[in-house]
Amino acid sequence: MAQGVILFPSIHFALRAEKLVKAKGISYKLIPVPRHLSSDCGVCLRIPWEKKGEVLGILAQTRVKVDGAHPL
Amino acid sequence: MKDNIIYFDNAATSYPKPEEVIQAMVHFSRMIGGSPGRSGHRLAIEAGRIVFEARERISQLFGGKDSSRVVFGLNATEGINQGLKGLLRPGDHVISSSMEHNSVMRPLRAMMKEGLEVTILPCSPEGFLDPQGVKKALRKNTKMVVLNHASNVVGTLQPLAEVGEVCRQQGVLFFVDAAQSAGAIPIDLEREKIDLLAFTGHKALFGPQGTGGLVLGERVEEKELTPVKQGGTGSRSELEEQPDFLPDLCESGTPNAVGIAGLLAGLDFVLREGVEKIRVHEMRLTQELLQGLQAIPGVVLYGPRDARKQLSTVSFNIQGIEPSEVGLKLDEEFGILCRVGLHCSPASHRTIGTFPQGTVRFGLSYFNREEEVEEALQAAGRIARREA
Repeated sequence: MAQGVILFPSIHFALRAEKLVKAKGISYKLIPVPRHLSSDCGVCLRIPWEKKGEVLGILAQTRVKVDGAHPL
Repeated sequence: MKDNIIYFDNAATSYPKPEEVIQAMVHFSRMIGGSPGRSGHRLAIEAGRIVFEARERISQLFGGKDSSRVVFGLNATEGINQGLKGLLRPGDHVISSSMEHNSVMRPLRAMMKEGLEVTILPCSPEGFLDPQGVKKALRKNTKMVVLNHASNVVGTLQPLAEVGEVCRQQGVLFFVDAAQSAGAIPIDLEREKIDLLAFTGHKALFGPQGTGGLVLGERVEEKELTPVKQGGTGSRSELEEQPDFLPDLCESGTPNAVGIAGLLAGLDFVLREGVEKIRVHEMRLTQELLQGLQAIPGVVLYGPRDARKQLSTVSFNIQGIEPSEVGLKLDEEFGILCRVGLHCSPASHRTIGTFPQGTVRFGLSYFNREEEVEEALQAAGRIARREA
């Protein structure tokens, strides 16, 4: 299944997003940000790419700051 | 030297801590150990989760809406410095009280030299601030009112909601120093109209020393806040400038994650027991202590002398004996540990009329028991009668 990642400005928002997608039963994993996407040293949220719309929708309803969403 | 101790120095730092606080720190040190927000491996992420959860609990405890506005630091002092120096500029006016701890007073005095205008409002001999006094002291350039919620010397509880209302009406920021009160009495950012709240982890929140910080309300603009220090945050690593978003804006350098793990367990303890229940227990002990001390000839009691109007911090003197001597007798002959002197708050002692000799201070916690209060009353009685 195609995967993608959602990037955040800091781990605080990545962990908030983790809590939200976990509560929705969406499979996810926090992984280091792939170098080709950002030189940041933090983590991002990897999700099944078909869930992108749903996850971004959930995050948009909260105060989670999102830096971007990219397919892997 | 008496071996069994009665710990009455909880206004300085609480002891004992709940067992789970110690276990949480052992677990962190042994099983987690990663650097939160740095690296993407499982242990770094797990450490990050601990810090994140602690932020969420702090926000929950004070009725906050957004845990990214909880900034961790070493103690309340760091939170206070961040709040004052991060928002106030030369030419601004700030109002405070004569019951402040040096954690507020010293930064204000230093900032006065840089052009900050400061009004210190006098309080009553019991330590109460009149909210109307705040209203009268307002100027066109007043930016903030900063107030110690509960006196660290006599426990006096200030009328937060009334002062908060005055501030909100006038568009002034309300900054509360909750070093003594956080965890000991309910506080709600909305109800009391608080814009900034400094807290410490190692007193009534039962965390270890080296934990504390600042909670920022919705009216504090991120872009108006200057961090008191800059450095690595684990975020925006490609930039040589500080991130402009909270909490990273004000959190540079590796945090005290092992301490925050302990604080998280302390917060869970407080939330599970319930702040109301903690307050009721401490109020009962405080009332007993106040009544007992008042009944001893030669004991002079300070502050509100009413458990409903103060926290579990009680100051007194025994006529004819220096506070330091009373403290030494209490420790050596009775195993009662307390704090004597000026308690880092000369202004408060001037207000209650005990400067420069100071007082003997008993600071109770949720873990103290009625029998300990009774024993302490007997000890104070014996010292007052010169039997010890």
